[in-house]
Amino acid sequence: MALMTYRAALNEALREEMQRDPDDFLMGEEVAEYDGAYKVSKGLLDEFGDKRVVDSPISELGFTGLCVGASMAGLRPVVEFMTFNFAFLAIDQVINNAAKMYYMSDGQFPMPIVFRGPTGAALQLAAQHSQACETYYSHAPGCKVVTPATPADAKGLLKASIRDNDPVAFMEGELLYNVKGEVPEDDDYVIPLGVADLKNEGSDVSIITHGKMVHVALQAAAKLDKNNISADVLDLRTIRPLDMDAILETVKKTNRVVYLEEGWPYAGTGAQIVSMIQEEAFDYLDAPILRVTQADIPMPYAKSLELLAKPSADRVVEACNKVLYR
Amino acid sequence: MATKVHMEALSPTMEEGQLVQWLKAEGDAIANGDILAEIETDKATMELVARGEGVLRKIFLPAGGTAEVGSVIGVIAGADEDISDIAGVSGGAAPAASPEEAAPVPAAQTLPAPAASAPPAAVTAPAAAATLPVSASNGGRVKASPLARRLADEMGVDIDRVPGSGPGGRVVKRDVEEAKASGVAAPVAAPATWASDGAEYEDIPTSQMRKAIAKRLVTSIGPVPTFYLTVDVDMGRVIEARKSINAMLEKDGLRVSINDILLKAMAAALRQHPNCNAQWHDGFVRRFNAVHLGVAVAIEDGLITPVIRNAHAKGIAQISAEVRELAGRAREKRLLPDEYTGSTFTVSNLGMLGIHEFTAIINPPESGILAVGGIVETPVVVDGEVTVRPRMRMTMSCDHRVIDGAQGARFLQTLQVMLEEPTAILL
Repeated sequence: MALMTYRAALNEALREEMQRDPDDFLMGEEVAEYDGAYKVSKGLLDEFGDKRVVDSPISELGFTGLCVGASMAGLRPVVEFMTFNFAFLAIDQVINNAAKMYYMSDGQFPMPIVFRGPTGAALQLAAQHSQACETYYSHAPGCKVVTPATPADAKGLLKASIRDNDPVAFMEGELLYNVKGEVPEDDDYVIPLGVADLKNEGSDVSIITHGKMVHVALQAAAKLDKNNISADVLDLRTIRPLDMDAILETVKKTNRVVYLEEGWPYAGTGAQIVSMIQEEAFDYLDAPILRVTQADIPMPYAKSLELLAKPSADRVVEACNKVLYR
Repeated sequence: MATKVHMEALSPTMEEGQLVQWLKAEGDAIANGDILAEIETDKATMELVARGEGVLRKIFLPAGGTAEVGSVIGVIAGADEDISDIAGVSGGAAPAASPEEAAPVPAAQTLPAPAASAPPAAVTAPAAAATLPVSASNGGRVKASPLARRLADEMGVDIDRVPGSGPGGRVVKRDVEEAKASGVAAPVAAPATWASDGAEYEDIPTSQMRKAIAKRLVTSIGPVPTFYLTVDVDMGRVIEARKSINAMLEKDGLRVSINDILLKAMAAALRQHPNCNAQWHDGFVRRFNAVHLGVAVAIEDGLITPVIRNAHAKGIAQISAEVRELAGRAREKRLLPDEYTGSTFTVSNLGMLGIHEFTAIINPPESGILAVGGIVETPVVVDGEVTVRPRMRMTMSCDHRVIDGAQGARFLQTLQVMLEEPTAILL
């Protein structure tokens, strides 16, 4: 095990995978000369050269389309979006081409391509740059969606995503890059997609979440613990494919669920998962499932309002108390 | 203008109603909205209100009678009005449209009216109310979490009787668990009173709810809709009791078995739970005052159940002697017909054949049979310590038309208390 940042774990995953497979390459705005806007690609240009670490023009639709074509032609691109907030410009390539090509070509064109970058809010980046974008990608069949919360998960899941033959939206977090954690040093540390991880074990209530919100859930679990309430914190890790078995296991254990996500409630990831839980575990529910999400408004710029709009550990605690009828 | 009084659909699933009592007599003046009668639906007793005014001229359906929804059961009209044309249809189904009738109210529409406007007292529990859900005053809807419903089913707890502590009175898991725990802690239910001493049995007319239960359940699972309840009993005290009884009987050369003590306890428990000592008949449930215990005896190429008559009135030694004698003749196929018929409840014990637990099939028209396994040395937790205890499992098969889950469970609870503390048999 080595203690490292989420940023360094991603860097290691990219480096190891590019060493492993000469077809892997990285393209994006400022990924080469500048080492990436968040320094995730630090040192890769020196090691792999400018054919495999490519600075693109500021034209998301253009370079995403280029990489989709490269993927069809047999290469394995990793596209870095400076943030998924900018990737709306490129989403036609992701949804209409990458996610559908394998299906529409009757399996002739596997699409090994990773779209990665930070999603969600940081602080005071205002309405257009503070959006959690998971649901845009998980909505359409054909695209996998991965949201690592810890350095170890970031490394193991990025390696799995690069090796996967389907398009993967790999969604990081600006506020996660400096998070430190133990990461296995094994070159082959690969976490299979579609396997959730119980980040805290409890018995009274289940907090199900993904991505950056895992840390908020853990804070909430610590607060609940002081009141002798023990919470399962289930980190989905991937939203598609979904680890329904793990979800049902925790639901059947605690009978009470709070779904926590960074994005908006309307047609959010939680809406889908709550629906699946009531279909498959209705008889195990002792309370209606509650969701904690961003307020259903564009993110305010004012700091005080932004804090109110975002999910917080206190709101999670409040929701847990509600489903526990306390 | 004459107004026909119809049997109205007073519950969403009601197909027929039983007239509990008329609150107005023929000749009484009636105002619109007056309560005319109490009707027992398949769910509760509801009030039937007048939908016209005048005089209650004619009653077609007497108290205790049953009529289909839509039937004309009375007539309200002016004191001198000619109602001969209506009187002619007495009791028959309402004609689809009758010109003289002021806009007949569709059944679906009449339903909410009494429920919405009347105070809770409008839904009165019928005389034999003990088995009716308290939730009836809720329009029959109990708010409970899905988990609470499932647990209640599994634990044999009647969810209608569990007070809810969740939002809006919702019954949640902890309520069911508390109800279950307090039920176990509660003293043995007071012995039910017997209708009339000396009577062999009492026939109780089936209520609309009971009819609905019977009708629906047989469509699901067959002519005898059976469910099973299992209880695990500590037999340590029975084993001790048997030792001391046998010590006392030694001079007479007699010995009783564990099964004999079980039969005695069953007879005593059934006396306390007459609803389990009963038979289903079309239109009524026959509850027996006496306990006649059938004892399944394996014989060559079959099985027969000799009957210990009036087991509730016999001592253990007598029960033991009778079982021995009857079983002996059963194996020789020399039982007389009245020695193997007329049981009110049957017990089947396969413990001596090494069976720990099984289910037995009800012998109609009885409504219950108890399948008894052997006594097994089992590690159990007593006061936080693992200790080895002689445990016995009993599974009761219940005819759901007669016995509800909670009723069967309460009977088993009584029996369990009696076996775990045999002096309770004397109570």
